[in-house]
Amino acid sequence: MLDLKNVSLTYSNGSKPVQALRGIDMKIEKGRSYAVIGPSGCGKTSLIYIMAGLMAPTQGEVLLHGEKLVKPERGTALILQEYGLLSWKTVWENAALGLVLRKVPEREIKEILERVFEELALTECIDRYPKQLSGGQKQRVALARALSLHPDILLMDEPLSALDALTREYMQKVIFNLLKRHQITCVLVTHSIEEAVYLGQEIIIFTACPGKICAKIANPAQGAEDYRDQLSFHEKCTEVRASLEVHSQSEE
Amino acid sequence: MKNSYLKNDKFLTYSSAIVIFFLAWELLALLLQNPALPRPIPALVSFFNVLPEGLWKHFLVSTYRVLTSLLLGLALAVPLGLYIGRNAKLDKWLSPQIYLLYPVPKIALLPVIFAIFNIGDLSKVILIVLIIFFQILIITRDAAKNIPDSTILSVLSLGATSREIYSHVIIPGCLPEIFTAVRISLGTAISVLFFAESFATFEGLGYFIFEAWSRINYPEMFAGIIAISLQGFVLFILVNLLQRVICPWLFK
Ligand SMILES: Nc1ncnc2c1ncn2[C@@H]1O[C@H](COP(=O)(O)OP(=O)(O)OP(=O)(O)O)[C@@H](O)[C@H]1O
Ligand SMILES: [Mg+2]
Repeated sequence: MLDLKNVSLTYSNGSKPVQALRGIDMKIEKGRSYAVIGPSGCGKTSLIYIMAGLMAPTQGEVLLHGEKLVKPERGTALILQEYGLLSWKTVWENAALGLVLRKVPEREIKEILERVFEELALTECIDRYPKQLSGGQKQRVALARALSLHPDILLMDEPLSALDALTREYMQKVIFNLLKRHQITCVLVTHSIEEAVYLGQEIIIFTACPGKICAKIANPAQGAEDYRDQLSFHEKCTEVRASLEVHSQSEE
Repeated sequence: MKNSYLKNDKFLTYSSAIVIFFLAWELLALLLQNPALPRPIPALVSFFNVLPEGLWKHFLVSTYRVLTSLLLGLALAVPLGLYIGRNAKLDKWLSPQIYLLYPVPKIALLPVIFAIFNIGDLSKVILIVLIIFFQILIITRDAAKNIPDSTILSVLSLGATSREIYSHVIIPGCLPEIFTAVRISLGTAISVLFFAESFATFEGLGYFIFEAWSRINYPEMFAGIIAISLQGFVLFILVNLLQRVICPWLFK
């Protein structure tokens, strides 16, 4: 559904141009989940912005459902590392924002959000402001805002990196269940090898300077309930780690 | 629980500020033993004597001038500040101009202002607006500049138009700093007004104080000074209350 063809991106606003991405080819297929992993500064955030239609590549093209992507599209939801919650809106107002901007009638917003809040166990936080929430709760509000829009594709940029280990594992499970239940197509950027293996049916490995895809690792066993406890999970993690190490060494 | 505790606390801190103010005054007056600094009790007596006789009218006129200037200053500087803050190119061109004009002593321009706007109320308001305009402009511009791009991008990804970005993100995000600007320019406005009322008018607290001074009636002069302090005190409290209503998220 989302095709990136030979996408390159150069930032030229600084004193000297920085090439963030070079020659990226990616095919995002409906209902599948992709984990993008790579060293810091390799252009993962830039890639997500391009996929979301927030930035145009300087070269190549991005096609959504076969049409050129020029602006944020309705079916795409984005979750950023700092959650993108607005501190001046309550949890409810934050989660409702996407629907409000789409001029959905209030009664319908209420119905949709009540269901989503139930699913994400957020009901008792409705009237709070973001600063009254824990990191995990904030992340669930961001998820609620995205899910309320019934997205075809969910783009997440290191959504869990600000969480402690336990909350993080819990949230991985939350995301895992959501993806499975709603059959959402998903691109997840992460720093964590375990997270990539747990959530990504395909793991895409980037190298830095400029960001390029250096390997795509299939992860067919992903999706099993207790995958994290299986031997194949750990073998896959080792494979991804080895690939990351090989490619970061060859850069030096 | 936290709130009621805060409220009692607030009453205590504000009333003790008044007590300490008068105690310090009493002490200084006792030390100086000079008619130019009357003791607080006679000054207060004089304040309550002249209040019904016309001081109240001067109080209202000055308050009207301060509030008009403040509102006008906000109406001009806030939209411009928000816009410049979010437009790097415009900022690059306008900021040098702002820095050039900001330090120009506007009070020295009073003859020019009189020549253009005559000697009436308007020229006093214009003088204050000229001065507080830059304070509000710079504070608002910096506040707008500091809103993280990622916050704006995440709302853009929900399909917001640029007008909706202003109403949902930039304006509410800058409100706390706009209130800071209001507090700072309120103090400035009151002190500039005092100067502007010292001539070419027969109304206002500035006029009242200078007139009492010319008669060497120090208790009455201090009645005027008490009135100005009271004016500022009440206005500051009102601004704080307004902020509680408009920015509830800051007080959770
Ligand atoms: N707005 C910008 N202007 C100029 N250069 C930028 C801009 N944003 C990012 N870059 C540069 O582009 C490169 C890729 O940045 P990007 O944020 O996409 O990396 P990333 O993989 O998300 O990094 P991290 O893992 O640290 O989040 C970096 O070298 C960065 O310095
Ligand atoms: Mg990033």
